[in-house]
Amino acid sequence: MNAKDNMESEELISVQAYCTTSHVSISLIDNLAESGLVQLTVRAEQRYIAADQLAHIERLVRLHDDLDINVEGLEAIDHLLQRMHTMQEELQRLRNRLRRYEHPAG
Amino acid sequence: MDYYKILGVERTASTDDIKKAYRRLARKYHPDLNPHNKEAEQRFKEINEANEVLSDAGSRTKYDKYGDQWKHADQIEEARRQQEAAGGGYAGGGFEGGSFEGFTGQEQDMRDIFGSMFGGSGSRVRYRGQDYQAELQLGLREAAVTEKRVLTVNGKQIRLTIPAGVDNGQTIRIKGHGGPGMNGGPAGDLLITFLVGEDPVFKRDGINLHQTVELPLYTAMLGGELTVPALDGHVKVTVKPETANGTVVRLKGKGFPVYKQEGKFGDLLITYAVKLPVHLTDKQRELFKQLAGT
Repeated sequence: MNAKDNMESEELISVQAYCTTSHVSISLIDNLAESGLVQLTVRAEQRYIAADQLAHIERLVRLHDDLDINVEGLEAIDHLLQRMHTMQEELQRLRNRLRRYEHPAG
Repeated sequence: MDYYKILGVERTASTDDIKKAYRRLARKYHPDLNPHNKEAEQRFKEINEANEVLSDAGSRTKYDKYGDQWKHADQIEEARRQQEAAGGGYAGGGFEGGSFEGFTGQEQDMRDIFGSMFGGSGSRVRYRGQDYQAELQLGLREAAVTEKRVLTVNGKQIRLTIPAGVDNGQTIRIKGHGGPGMNGGPAGDLLITFLVGEDPVFKRDGINLHQTVELPLYTAMLGGELTVPALDGHVKVTVKPETANGTVVRLKGKGFPVYKQEGKFGDLLITYAVKLPVHLTDKQRELFKQLAGT
């Protein structure tokens, strides 16, 4: 990743460099950004992907490429995955609480 | 492994049927749609492997003929030719015919062909490596302090700082310590899930701790002081006169540390269980009678 940019201590890769190295079409990244599924960072009129967005983008690209899912489908999936994640956290929290009632403090 | 069975299609299925079956199953078992689901991940690998073989006419023909040994089809054919040229019969059967014996060709690692298949097919794209999952057990008191641990994951030692206040079931991500990437892609991450055990004294509810302590009847009636265990030692509690059984007292800041907020703690909630005196002396019994009569 030769396009890392350390401005303001951010770890960034340019959209161009990412698309070239990963063989992803720029239009797909454009569409993902337009839909709000990914947030791009703009520096000196250049668009960059922040390091913490990379795993998320790669997941969306995989779903798009592997399963032929369009951007609208990705939006629905992303929303549902987030809900699932929240519910799993809530489930874990409730399990922890339940454990307290099942094994009261002695 | 029966690739047709894996894809749920007949042996006579068309290429289009196979493609449809693969798409349908891939949408169901894709690892990105089933995070932290190892069973789905395994199914996805099998589905991918089956699709790779059956969607290619050449590979499919070999598979139909030689089954699991299809990768060695060329070598088998060569062995057959050599045997026939030498005047010997060839006893090997096709996939339907049962076992094929006598072949000793080198096993080719399927992983070379299919990779981890975590994200797609072919070498077109650089893929990030798979995320590895690990579990780490901690006692409640261990989870209450920031700890440094050295973990060995796939032969590599990883120094890990576990911040105080980690919750049961909480997962932390350590970047770049997962599986290696494909085609020069970055390594995946290591996901560590903490399993925080029970404690004989304290029960945890988020950042708060609960504890039941015995309160002597006389202290409950007349008031006084009680020393109760806390995470960092003991704490003195003032008991009000006429404290009822089951009364809950909140000790602020004596609970569990708040995750990644140094110096912040939850509360300790103490439930009093009034303990009645036993083995009364005659005098005590008399005094209780007097009390009962008032």
